[in-house]
Amino acid sequence: MSIFSSKNFKLLANPLNLENPVTVQILGICSALAVTTKLKPAIVMGLSVIVVTAFSNLVISAMRNSIPPRIRIIVQLVVVASMVILVDQLLRAFVYDVSKQLSVYVGLIITNCIIMGRLEAFAMGNKPWPSFIDGVGNGIGYAIILMVVAFIRELFGSGAILGFQVVPQSFYDAGYINNGMMIMPTMALVLVGVIIWIQRSFNKELIEKD
Amino acid sequence: MQEIINIFIRSVFIDNMIFAFFIGMCSYLAVSKTVKTSIGLGVAVIFVQIITVPINYLLLEHVMKPGALVWISDSFKDVDLSFLSFMVYIATIAAMTQLVEMIIEKFSPALYNSLGIFLPLIAVNCAILAGSLFMEQREYKNIGEVLSWGLGSGFGWMLAIVSLAAVREKLRYNKIPAPLRGIGITFIITGLMGIAFMSFLGIKV
Repeated sequence: MSIFSSKNFKLLANPLNLENPVTVQILGICSALAVTTKLKPAIVMGLSVIVVTAFSNLVISAMRNSIPPRIRIIVQLVVVASMVILVDQLLRAFVYDVSKQLSVYVGLIITNCIIMGRLEAFAMGNKPWPSFIDGVGNGIGYAIILMVVAFIRELFGSGAILGFQVVPQSFYDAGYINNGMMIMPTMALVLVGVIIWIQRSFNKELIEKD
Repeated sequence: MQEIINIFIRSVFIDNMIFAFFIGMCSYLAVSKTVKTSIGLGVAVIFVQIITVPINYLLLEHVMKPGALVWISDSFKDVDLSFLSFMVYIATIAAMTQLVEMIIEKFSPALYNSLGIFLPLIAVNCAILAGSLFMEQREYKNIGEVLSWGLGSGFGWMLAIVSLAAVREKLRYNKIPAPLRGIGITFIITGLMGIAFMSFLGIKV
């Protein structure tokens, strides 16, 4: 089996658009919305989720034939929880301020439905390497939505990107003010709604039947 | 006593799990199609919440906090197990949902049949884990406050899901642009409901 056969490439590329975990599978919404006021925590969160999905997929897939079906949820939760503890300790050691901003949402990666969903739907029935790729793909699909939402919210909400002021002072002098609504948590929901709207008007097959 | 009531009111309206923190969104969006099922899930969430949050609080206070193990022996006073909190919380939650499910099945088959499918789902509902994580982060002082937070957060979650379900039931008769149908419009409605909930900001008992 080659490392990047076309089948594996599909596993990586599909979650970016047609099977996007956030906008199509509707998984992992909680953290997708809560950490997106600024771009930097969104990027850190996206990376953490990529790492956790990829490696817990890999581990569970390697163990899949020896897990008794009745207690599989608990086994999965333990594996995911250990991955999240690792990520959490790393974040605290290297990017303490971002880790403070993310607060409980790092812990909530454990119950992030993307991870449980992929474990159940993919890793339990596939070999370790494709599972790993599937984890990376879904993590990236999640991270992309996070970054788009965070980019829009930070740009219009505080006139900055990654903390650097991009809206020039002359705009403010001319009467431009930051849109305070964008900082509010509810705007994230509306933005994701609009992203879904745009995505589905380009991909007609995703439109829901009544 | 006043503090306990205050925590309850805050956790239902101001720090509402859904509208202020987006916690428990997955099942919130997936199950809110009819009022009846969302009431079932809401009750199950409250039920599990008022059991797991106090248990996790006791575990945190007497096992995991730095120096919490002194009650066994003085030599444990430097032990800090708080890095294990995620693992302990999720284990408690998974074990408790399993236990609650078995108890309900044995003693109240009618309730089991109405909650049945939702109970196992709750183990992976972020609202439950977040209840315990916020409990740790906000450093509540005694078991009464913790219980009030557990009850309030569960109740707030139920309030949110039942009201969304009521809106969605009416929505079926409306003409919505095709790409927005289903999940897209649900997001936007939740956003608008969140704006309505913002009017509770600043209420204090």
